[in-house]
Amino acid sequence: MSTQTTVQQLRDVVIKFAGDSGDGMQLTGMQFTNNTALLGIDLSTFPDFPAEIRAPQGTLPGVSGFQLHFSSDPVYTPGDSCDVLVAMNAAALKANLKSLKKGGIIIANTDGFDAKNLRLANYPEGVNPLTDGSLDGYIVYEIDITKLTREALKDVDLGMKEKDRAKNMFVLGFLYWLYDRKMESTIHFLQEKFAKKPLILEGNLKALHAGYNYGDTTEAFTTRYRVERAKMPRGTYRSITGNQALALGLIAASQKSGLPLFLGSYPITPASDILHELSKHKNFGVRTFQAEDEIAGISSAIGASYGGCMGVTTTSGPGMALKTEAMGLAVMLEIPLLIIDIQRGGPSTGLPTKTEQSDLLQAYYGRNGECPMPVIAAATPSDCFSAVYEAFRIAVQYMTPVIFLSDGYIANGAEPWRFPKAADLPPIEVKFKTQLDEGEEKFMPYQRDERYVRPWAVPGTPGLEHRIGGLEKQHITGNVSYDPDNHQLMVKLRQAKVDAVADDIPLQTLDSGPESGDLLVLGWGSTYGAIKGAVKSLQQQGYAVAHAHLRYLRPFPKNLGEILRNYKQVLIPEINNGQLIKIIRDQFLIDAKGYHKIMGIPITKSELEEHIKSLLG
Amino acid sequence: MDTTAVQTPQSLTPKDFATDQEVRWCPGCGDYSILKQVQTVMPTLGIPRENIVIISGIGCSSRFPYYMNTYGMHSIHGRATAIASGLKACRPELSVWIVTGDGDGLSIGAGHMVHILRRNFDVNILLFNNQIYGLTKGQYSPTSEENKITKSTPYGSIDHPFNPAALALGADATFVARSMDRDPKHLQDMLKRAHAHKGASFLEIYQNCNIFNDGAFEIFTEKATKADETIFLEHGKPLLFGAQRNKGIRLDGLKPVVVSLDEGYSADDLWIHDEHDLYKAQMLVRLFDDPSVEGHFPRPFGVFYEAQRPSYEELMQQQIEAATGKYGVGDLDKLLAGSETWTIY
Repeated sequence: MSTQTTVQQLRDVVIKFAGDSGDGMQLTGMQFTNNTALLGIDLSTFPDFPAEIRAPQGTLPGVSGFQLHFSSDPVYTPGDSCDVLVAMNAAALKANLKSLKKGGIIIANTDGFDAKNLRLANYPEGVNPLTDGSLDGYIVYEIDITKLTREALKDVDLGMKEKDRAKNMFVLGFLYWLYDRKMESTIHFLQEKFAKKPLILEGNLKALHAGYNYGDTTEAFTTRYRVERAKMPRGTYRSITGNQALALGLIAASQKSGLPLFLGSYPITPASDILHELSKHKNFGVRTFQAEDEIAGISSAIGASYGGCMGVTTTSGPGMALKTEAMGLAVMLEIPLLIIDIQRGGPSTGLPTKTEQSDLLQAYYGRNGECPMPVIAAATPSDCFSAVYEAFRIAVQYMTPVIFLSDGYIANGAEPWRFPKAADLPPIEVKFKTQLDEGEEKFMPYQRDERYVRPWAVPGTPGLEHRIGGLEKQHITGNVSYDPDNHQLMVKLRQAKVDAVADDIPLQTLDSGPESGDLLVLGWGSTYGAIKGAVKSLQQQGYAVAHAHLRYLRPFPKNLGEILRNYKQVLIPEINNGQLIKIIRDQFLIDAKGYHKIMGIPITKSELEEHIKSLLG
Repeated sequence: MDTTAVQTPQSLTPKDFATDQEVRWCPGCGDYSILKQVQTVMPTLGIPRENIVIISGIGCSSRFPYYMNTYGMHSIHGRATAIASGLKACRPELSVWIVTGDGDGLSIGAGHMVHILRRNFDVNILLFNNQIYGLTKGQYSPTSEENKITKSTPYGSIDHPFNPAALALGADATFVARSMDRDPKHLQDMLKRAHAHKGASFLEIYQNCNIFNDGAFEIFTEKATKADETIFLEHGKPLLFGAQRNKGIRLDGLKPVVVSLDEGYSADDLWIHDEHDLYKAQMLVRLFDDPSVEGHFPRPFGVFYEAQRPSYEELMQQQIEAATGKYGVGDLDKLLAGSETWTIY
C-alpha cells in the first residue's frame, strides 16, 4: 500500500520511452516532459523515431523512442545512457537495452513479449529475455499493460483497438506515481485534445488513473522517486522545442521590425513543424505558402522580399540542394532572405529522421559562382529563438540572404526556456528608400553605403522604378554589364559586404575554461551540450581545457583566430565527416583535430570526454 | 487595395514606359511588336507606373522587364511564376505581369505554371510562344511540332508537343486566350482583357523567331492565308471565318465540323461562342491540328474561356482577417509565454 512506500530523492534521471511507432511514445514523452518542466526541474529531450509513419508493427525498425533527461543540476544533453527504460514490446527492449545503465529499471509490457513479438524482434525461437535470466542485472517491472488497460476500460463503450490505444496513458500514470507527480497537466491536456470525443477522453483518463493506482496499490513497488527543482536563474520559463523556438523567433523579429513575415515552404522532415507552427499565427499577419516544390518555396520567398516583406524558406538538406540556384539569384539581387536548413543525415534522401551536421559545406560553398552569404547556427532548442532573430536582423540590415542551420536533434528536442519580454527584444531597424535624395536625378539601385549595402526600394514607390535580375549588375546603376573589370569589382563588393557583417556581431567568447591552455574544443550547432558537459567534467578533473561554440559561421567573429592560437591543440567535434574543420584549417592555417561521428545520433558526453583525454595523453 | 480603383494622376504615354536600355532582340524579332503593344496598352489601364511589376524568367522573351520603365525582375529559368506568387501574396494591390516563353514557361517552369493557374493568383501571364529555343541558339522546345529538325534533333524531334491553351485550361485557369505578334490590334485587345480579368490570365502569344524558326506561324499571320486558317473568337458571335466570311464551325452533336454558308447553312446554325462555357472551351482549345493536313480546322484566336473564382491572395487576406477577428491582433508576449509556464523566484 502507498503508506508503505518510501520516497527516495534523486538528483538526475534519464528515462527512455520506447515502443512501436504507433504506441504513442512521443506523446507520452512530451507529456512527462511538460509535467517535469512545470516543476522547475531542468531537462533535455531527444525524440528518436523511424522515417516510416507506421513501420511494420513489432519490428526493430518500427521502434520509436523518446529520451528525457531531468535533473536538479544543470542539464546539457538528453543523457548518454538511461536509468529507466519503458519497453512496450520486445523490439523496444532489444533496440534500447545497450543504452540502459547496469542496474537500471526496465518497465516491460509483458503482452509485448508474446511469441509473435519475440519473433518479430528477431529473438531466437523459444528465447524470452524476460524469463531467460539475461536481464538479471536490471530491476525489471513486468506489467501486463495491455490487459490492465483493457480491464480498466471494461465499462467504456470503445472498441478493443481504441482501448488498446490508451496503453500509453497507463504507462504515463504509472510513471507519474513512480516519480511522485501530480497529473493535472496531462488531465488538462487530454480534456482539451479530446473535448469533442468524450468516450476517448474517458478511456484515456481511466487508463491514466489506472496506471497511477496500479503503482499505489501493488505491493511490488516499494520505492518512489523525487527529483527536486533545479537551481535555475530567476524568471518565468516554458518548455520549448527547437522548431517552435524558431517559429516564435521569426514572428518576434517580424513584429519588432515591422516587416510582414512570408514563409514559402515545401514539407520536408524535420523542418515541416515550422510551417505547421507559423500557419497557426495568421493574426500576427503571418503568410504561409505551401509551395508546389522546394524551388517554388524559395522563389516565392524571394518575391515576398522583393515586395518589402521578410521572405523565409524552410527546408532540410535535399531541399536546400534544390534551392541552390535561387539562392544565387538572391545574392545577385541583394535582397533580404532567410534560408532555414534543419539538417538531417545525407546525402540524397539519407536518414530523414536522424540528425547530422550535414550541410555546413553546402551552406558555405554549394552554389555556382562566387556566392557568399552569412551563415548562422543554433546550439540548442531555445537558442533557435535568438539565433534566428539575429539572422533576420542581418538579412534585413545587410540586404543579403542568410542561411540558418539547425538540425533534427535541436528541432525536435525540448528544454526549459526563460522566454524574453517583447519589450526587451532588441529593435530591428529597417530602412526603405522612399524617394530620390536631394541632387539625385535617377535612382541607382546598386549605390552602396559605407557597409557596401544597397538601398531597398520596393514596388509601389513612385519615382524609384527600376529593374533587377540575375545577370551581372553594373556597379551603382544596376544595369546589365558584361564588362570584365566590373565583374571583378562586383564579386569583390559582394564578398566585402558579407565580410563587413563581422564588424556588427559580438566577439567570440569562451563557453568555459581558461583563456589559454592545452586544448580548445571548438564546436557549432547541436554538439553544444555534449561538449559543454565533457569539458566541464574535464575541468573539474584539473585539465586545462576550454570550450568555444560558434553561432556565427560566416563570417567568423573577428577574434576567432586569436582565440584558436591560445591553445596547444584545437579539437573540432562534429556530427559529420569533418566540415567546420576544413573551413578552420583553410582560414586560419592551424592543425586542428577532428572528431567525427556519422551515425545519425548525437555525440555523447562520455565518448567525447574519453577522446579528449586520449589527446591530452 | 484594388489597383483598378487607383487612377493615374497624370496621363502617361507609351514613351513613359520605355527605358534608356538598348533593346537587344534580333532585328525583325516578333518580340518588338509585343513590346510595342504592351507599351501602348499600359498607359490606358489607369495604373500608376510604380504599381506595375514585370517578372520574367530566362530566355529571349525574358529580357522584357529591362525595356519597361516599371518595377521589374529578370529572374531565373522557369521561376517567374513562383516569384510572382510570393510577391502577389504579400502585395495584392500591385499589377503583376509575368513574361515567359515556351521553354521558360512550359519546359523548365511547367511545374510552377500549372500551380499558379490553379491557385488563381491575380496576375497576367504573357507566354511568348515561338516553338523554339532562341537564346541557346535553336534547339526544339516543348511546343515544337513533331519531326522538327533542329540542332539537337538532326533526325527530327520525336517529342509530342504541348498544346499550351489546353494545358492552361486543364490546370483550371480562369482566363485562357491566344493572340499573335503580327496582329497589333488584336494583341492590344487581348492584353486589355487579360488585365481586366481578376485572377490568373493566361495569354499565349504566337511570336515569330526570324532567326531559328522563321515563318512558324506564317500560315496564321500572312494575308494570303490568314482569313482561311484562323478564326477569331468573339463572345456571343458565331464561329465564322474565311476570306469571304462564308465558312463556319458548327456543332454536330459533340463534334465540331467546318461548314460552308454557301451550302445551305446560315450563321444561326453555327457554334455561338460562349466564353463562360467550360465544356465548349475544352473543345475549342483542341482545335489545334496540323495546318498541313487536309481538312484541318482553322486555328482559334481570342478568349477561349473566362471564369470568376476568388484569387489566392484574396482568400489569404480573408483568412488573416478572420483569424485576427477571432483572436485579436497578435500579442507577442502571450505568444512567447505559450500556454504553460512556471516561475523561479
